[in-house]
Amino acid sequence: MATIGVLGLQGAISEHVKQIEATGQKAVIVKQTDQLAELDGLILPGGESTTMRKLMDRYGFMEPILQFSKQGKPIFGTCAGMVLLAKKVSGSDTAHLQLIDIEVWRNAFGRQRESFEVNIDIKNLAQPFKAIFIRAPYGERASKDVEVLAYYEGKIVAARQKNILVSAFHPELTNDIRILEQFIDMVEETLKAGV
Amino acid sequence: MKIANIFLGGLIMEKLVATDAVKRGMAQMQKGGVIMDVVNAEQARIAEAAGAVAVMALERVPSDIRAAGGVARMADPRIVEEVMNAVTIPVMAKARIGHIVEARVLEAMGVDYIDESEVLTPADEEFHLLKSSFTIPFVCGCRDLGEAARRIGEGASMLRTKGEPGTGNIVEAVRHMRKVQAQVRKLTLMNDDEIMTEAKILGAPYEILKQIKEAGKLPVVNFAAGGVATPADAALMMELGADGVFVGSGIFKSEDPEKFANAIVQATTYFTDYDLIGKLSKELGTAMKGIDISRLPQAERMQERGW
Repeated sequence: MATIGVLGLQGAISEHVKQIEATGQKAVIVKQTDQLAELDGLILPGGESTTMRKLMDRYGFMEPILQFSKQGKPIFGTCAGMVLLAKKVSGSDTAHLQLIDIEVWRNAFGRQRESFEVNIDIKNLAQPFKAIFIRAPYGERASKDVEVLAYYEGKIVAARQKNILVSAFHPELTNDIRILEQFIDMVEETLKAGV
Repeated sequence: MKIANIFLGGLIMEKLVATDAVKRGMAQMQKGGVIMDVVNAEQARIAEAAGAVAVMALERVPSDIRAAGGVARMADPRIVEEVMNAVTIPVMAKARIGHIVEARVLEAMGVDYIDESEVLTPADEEFHLLKSSFTIPFVCGCRDLGEAARRIGEGASMLRTKGEPGTGNIVEAVRHMRKVQAQVRKLTLMNDDEIMTEAKILGAPYEILKQIKEAGKLPVVNFAAGGVATPADAALMMELGADGVFVGSGIFKSEDPEKFANAIVQATTYFTDYDLIGKLSKELGTAMKGIDISRLPQAERMQERGW
């Protein structure tokens, strides 16, 4: 059984925990940097990216998460998590962890009024996925090292680069654990490889 | 490829807005965070920089509404617009209870959430808004499970305690949070054949109570609001099971709003780290002056507004 952490500073934390437990893995809410050592994978949940970044700085999470990634351990970011992981945040001087080589646009589909759900096709999933977009970002200009897993209206809404997985929508708001299972597969591969 | 995007396995790939998942999900993304009352762009920027998950744009904070008396209405749209332009975090705004047009105006402006709020003078003393008919999600106050379930039945996507706004006194928010939680616990232990009578007693929609019983919890998040004046107050409400915290007059009525806002955000995230909360509280200066609820005349209690 793998141990998956959910960054517990703010956002849809319990929703991710519930999903992790539904896959049969152990979930840990991460509020202190020293908890990262016990994890095989880390999820950056949906929430407000500005709030999370603020708290990540204040409690010294940036460097330890970069180290975590350097060890090859998988990280999955949904919505705000995708913003935190992107190499570039359009219209802003501050990019955050810069672990996946795409440019993201925040609130890219509009405000809450424009938020929506839609069934989309995702690479490697046989059936469509109900994607819930809430003031969601999208990605553009992925480098060739990035595998785009889903587009919506021509924009990148799910992608993977090595140990980093992102989605612009919220799988944690559904009962569908197929994307999380892909992440768990990534974690299990690294465990097998002895990372 | 495009065609496959529209039809796949017989599933229509239709884009749906304003679904329950989209409206309630927005509030779920705010969990563990602090929503701060602001009256202009400058305050909004301070709140955002301090780590607020959203701001509530209004013309006066509740303690000033109390002091000013008279009729309190929806904020001047210029203020709301100014705040929306100043920050990238979500912006909420208040409409009077039952004021269909104020709510529609805020919806047309594209605010992210509307608070049908007892802090403003009610426009209707009998009926609340039919919130399910709006694209924008709503937050409403509640003192007990009956009120919570009625608001959910009308389409509220987020709840908060009513507390007693603008008093700097946490006692009512504590009462309302404990009450709702105790009633949810009681409901989950009931037999199915007892739910209808419980619905009658609470004045709550039967179907909503059934859902709550089955899930063992409310179908929407429930934040604390109405009297949060210190970081310890915010942490207390989290300890009691609040999903997050609204701070109204507390921040910009304190001596050093920036420091205060920062402290309350941290205390909400680390609500069981008492060393930290002590440290955060040490250098804050004076919190807003509070009001003893028992000295507040019945007519001035905002929590009695709403039905």
